[in-house]
Amino acid sequence: MGYASKSPWVIHYDGSSCNGCDIEVLAALCPGFDVERFGIINTGNPKHADIFLVTGSVNERNIAVVKQIYEQMVEPKVVIACGICACTGGIFHDCYNVIGGVDKVIPVDVYAPGCAVRPEAIIDAVVQGIGILEEKSKALQAAKKGA
Amino acid sequence: MWLITDKFLFTLLGTVVFAVLAPIVGCLLAGLERKVSARMQGRVGPPLLQPYYDVRKLIAKDDVTVSGVDGIYMTCALIFVAFAGGIFFSGGNLLMSAFIVTMAALFFIMAAYSSRSPFAELGAGRESLQVMSYEPMVLLMAVCFFMASGSFNIGEAFWLRMPVICYTIPAFIGFLFVLTIKLRKSPFDLSTSHHAHQELVRGTTTEMSGKTLAKVEIMHWCETVLFLGWAGVFFIWGNPVSIVIAVVVALATWFLEIWIDNNFARVKWQAMLKWAWIVALVCGGINIVLLAFI
Repeated sequence: MGYASKSPWVIHYDGSSCNGCDIEVLAALCPGFDVERFGIINTGNPKHADIFLVTGSVNERNIAVVKQIYEQMVEPKVVIACGICACTGGIFHDCYNVIGGVDKVIPVDVYAPGCAVRPEAIIDAVVQGIGILEEKSKALQAAKKGA
Repeated sequence: MWLITDKFLFTLLGTVVFAVLAPIVGCLLAGLERKVSARMQGRVGPPLLQPYYDVRKLIAKDDVTVSGVDGIYMTCALIFVAFAGGIFFSGGNLLMSAFIVTMAALFFIMAAYSSRSPFAELGAGRESLQVMSYEPMVLLMAVCFFMASGSFNIGEAFWLRMPVICYTIPAFIGFLFVLTIKLRKSPFDLSTSHHAHQELVRGTTTEMSGKTLAKVEIMHWCETVLFLGWAGVFFIWGNPVSIVIAVVVALATWFLEIWIDNNFARVKWQAMLKWAWIVALVCGGINIVLLAFI
């Protein structure tokens, strides 16, 4: 295992979530689940983050925000859609203002469905994300050596 | 002439040794902090080597920079910290060590300013205020050390009949107070927080990423070792056992800092500046007056 997988720092953004999934994301960081065991830190800064956790669907107002956070993150990076709204739009999918899941705006690597998504599911998704992060990190190193 | 070159080479050697050993010790201390903090909050916490993993990951990240010069500023900051540590641990001048480590803080501030990001600029402004807050007490601490031991040179402490702490308890308490500001720990983590969220996103390090951020982490490690060394030197006298006592004191100081970090909420900069100067004037002032009459 490389170092990318040993210290995945996350940034959490609430698209238009009802806060159900947000609470679960934070619950994962609290003593009960304590994801810091795996070196996961909740950073408030996209430039420090490796994993982008998005909750809630994308709408016209937050497209630019989601894009900007994603673009500010430094490679290698992974996007995880937390909760069914972030995956597909969920029960809000046919609202007049909702465009759909996060994958309509930025490439999503892992989908964690659920309403609200359970902390266990988030941890599973992050662990999957770490695997993808590791692959991307290796690809980046290879590209650097080639260049 | 021979003596001057000799001393210079010794300091240089000390700098190299510090530059190699301090990151290792500092990394372990940082890991210990994460672990102890987690236990204080009822969590298991990350592995001891987590700070090392973090830095290795940061080094492997892609190179992205806003200004193009923040990395160079941080390299300068690292060099100055190493030099300050080298001067101190080779038995050199305490005052010089304090001044040079402040140079490192200034380079850190310049690195933050260079990004022109509003968050980083505010963080840099606050970091300057932190420097303003702790500097008087650090200088008075060095002056008290001089008055008690008869020299600014750390090496002289190993010939004392009684440790400096016997004459400088108020100054030591004052130093412990500003140490929290110097280590950027809560309640004085105004410029950048070690923990997740604050109103400035990440303050001074907002625009830093990858290797530059790794340098910031390594600088923190080295600073920690140096400052704990300052705390420990107060307990050194002409007895080899005192080195063990100094190490124990340094570790106890570190534990105290972690405890403070976990138990106090951030204060406003006005309160920090006010209290740091009151503490400096009261603790440092009283101590100097006492020493002048002893």
